[in-house]
Amino acid sequence: MSAVASSPRAPRIAVRHEIILAAILIVALIGLGFANDRFLTLDNLLNQGRLMTEIGLIALPMTFVIITGGIDVSVGAIVGLCAIALGYSWKNLGFPLPLAIVFSLGVGAAAGFANGFVITRIKVPAIITTIATLTLFRGLAEGISQAHSVRGYPEWFYFLGQGDVFGVPTQLLILLIAIVAFGVALDRTSFGRTLYAIGSNETAARFSALPVDRVKLAAYTLSGLTSGLSAFVLVSRVTTTRSDMGMGYELDAIAAVVLGGTSIFGGSGTIWGTVIGLVMIQLLKNGLALTGVKGDATIMVIGIVLIASVLIASSLQRRRE
Amino acid sequence: MSAIALPRSPAARGSLWRRVSSQETLLAVAIVGLAVFVGLTNPRFLAANNLADILLGNAYIAVAAIGMSMVIITGNIDISVGALIGVLATVSGSLAVAGAPIVVTWLAPLVIGVAVMGLQGVIVAYLGIPAIVVTLGMLSILRGGLISVTGGKWITDLPDAFHLADIEIFGVIPMPVAIMVGATILAAAWMRWWPQGRAIYATGGNAEAARLSGVSPRHTLVLVFVLHGFFAGVAALLFATQLRVIQSTTPSGLEFTIITASVVGGVSILGGVGTVVGSTLAAILIAEITSALVFINVSPFWTHALQGALILATVIADIERRRRRLAGDVR
Repeated sequence: MSAVASSPRAPRIAVRHEIILAAILIVALIGLGFANDRFLTLDNLLNQGRLMTEIGLIALPMTFVIITGGIDVSVGAIVGLCAIALGYSWKNLGFPLPLAIVFSLGVGAAAGFANGFVITRIKVPAIITTIATLTLFRGLAEGISQAHSVRGYPEWFYFLGQGDVFGVPTQLLILLIAIVAFGVALDRTSFGRTLYAIGSNETAARFSALPVDRVKLAAYTLSGLTSGLSAFVLVSRVTTTRSDMGMGYELDAIAAVVLGGTSIFGGSGTIWGTVIGLVMIQLLKNGLALTGVKGDATIMVIGIVLIASVLIASSLQRRRE
Repeated sequence: MSAIALPRSPAARGSLWRRVSSQETLLAVAIVGLAVFVGLTNPRFLAANNLADILLGNAYIAVAAIGMSMVIITGNIDISVGALIGVLATVSGSLAVAGAPIVVTWLAPLVIGVAVMGLQGVIVAYLGIPAIVVTLGMLSILRGGLISVTGGKWITDLPDAFHLADIEIFGVIPMPVAIMVGATILAAAWMRWWPQGRAIYATGGNAEAARLSGVSPRHTLVLVFVLHGFFAGVAALLFATQLRVIQSTTPSGLEFTIITASVVGGVSILGGVGTVVGSTLAAILIAEITSALVFINVSPFWTHALQGALILATVIADIERRRRRLAGDVR
């Protein structure tokens, strides 16, 4: 029941879940490769890595947030707000572009901090806080931009979203660095272990003198910051800024985390699981697209995957108990 | 923590001040106050047809907010309702265009609404999956499914008889307003005086205590989702029949407008507290604010930001009020 007792058990369950997932992933890869000869090409796989980054950067801190037993559905709206902050401050306020980028990342971190502040200090449940700020942040993006898009960025700006480093998409390298950083933070630091303790039993964590509020605040702030980074990557890739950017990202990110074995009730989960979940969702999208399924039907499939994976995870857990 | 919620309503009857300061009264004052303020700035706002348009165009939001309030009172949430209303409106319109009997086109959204929400209720109540995850998944299933089936096309050439919203009772009261008022009164009475209605508050206030006093929280939860699906069906019908076309996309963020109406109407997100009279008044207030923005020359693109700020402020005020009352009880 206590945080200490559950921690040796939690990783074993997670590892088993990840091995099953990895096996499914390999089967899916081979299957898709046979079904379509354009799938298992280096070009296609690298391109999928490029497309995966925007969701991936959000799914990493989302793992932290869900491990604490919280949730953040405002991430897509933060992407929209940061994209507008970047474009508007550059085009309309006359910021130099590098400053606009930093400003937009700051806006993302501030948005995440605001979520965390309301959740930890005022004790509003995370679901309702982030539903409210989802409307607020998206509304701010719409209000500030007045539905005007921003285009015409200088050439160097596109390096992050469209360029390559030694043949690897630039943003994929950033995602890889982020994966390692988040993985180490979760596994090897007291911050990471505190996340598990909060999710297992928040009251026990508080009585153990763990900095519960500060750690939760940091998790939500990180979530906002990487949403800002995701917006930067997205704007750089699609060369334009609109207020509806990032709409629905929360679904993909939460689906990746849950599919990756993180318990929606908090207390267990790993970064590696999230990465596998992320790759599976991207492959699903790519595989469906290659067989001629339109994007909207893909959203439908991801919804089914989300519900199914939660149902299976909870029934497995019930059987084990 | 929320056990204090239950004794509130009898206490509220006792004290005149508490009654005057109730959320419902505050909302009514806000509705009138805003109308006067905007009317002084721009008298055209108070024109009869503008006020009627506000009610007619938003009655479906108030109706949907009745079901949403019940869901939130049990301590759950539903973000799939906006997409569901879009699907139900499209189904109803497609049937009408295909020449189905009008009664069938009116009943279909109610039946499908009940089925979809009932399924979600069962998953939440019996399999213990948080409502936010279930309804987030359902949201994308419904939204993705709708666009990929309709291809984004609008439904036109609807038969005249289909337009429920055109009917006027006694030749004066438009159907949407009658339904909004009637549904609010019926639901409020049911939740106030019927045992099953009271069970909603008991479940949201303290599920374990409710179970011990003979209320099944699971049955109640499924019942609430079924009713929520029914009201979503009615809302879809009002939405589908108010214009001559049915768009395949509902207004963006419709589910959040509905949630805002419930929360601003005084439904506590911690469960156990709130009335549907409040949520209907709040739906009218939100519609009035959106309309007022146009008349005081504020861009309508600020609507969602205002809504977000409103819901956040209400939620924070609700939590602070509870904390203070809790401290008062201890003393």
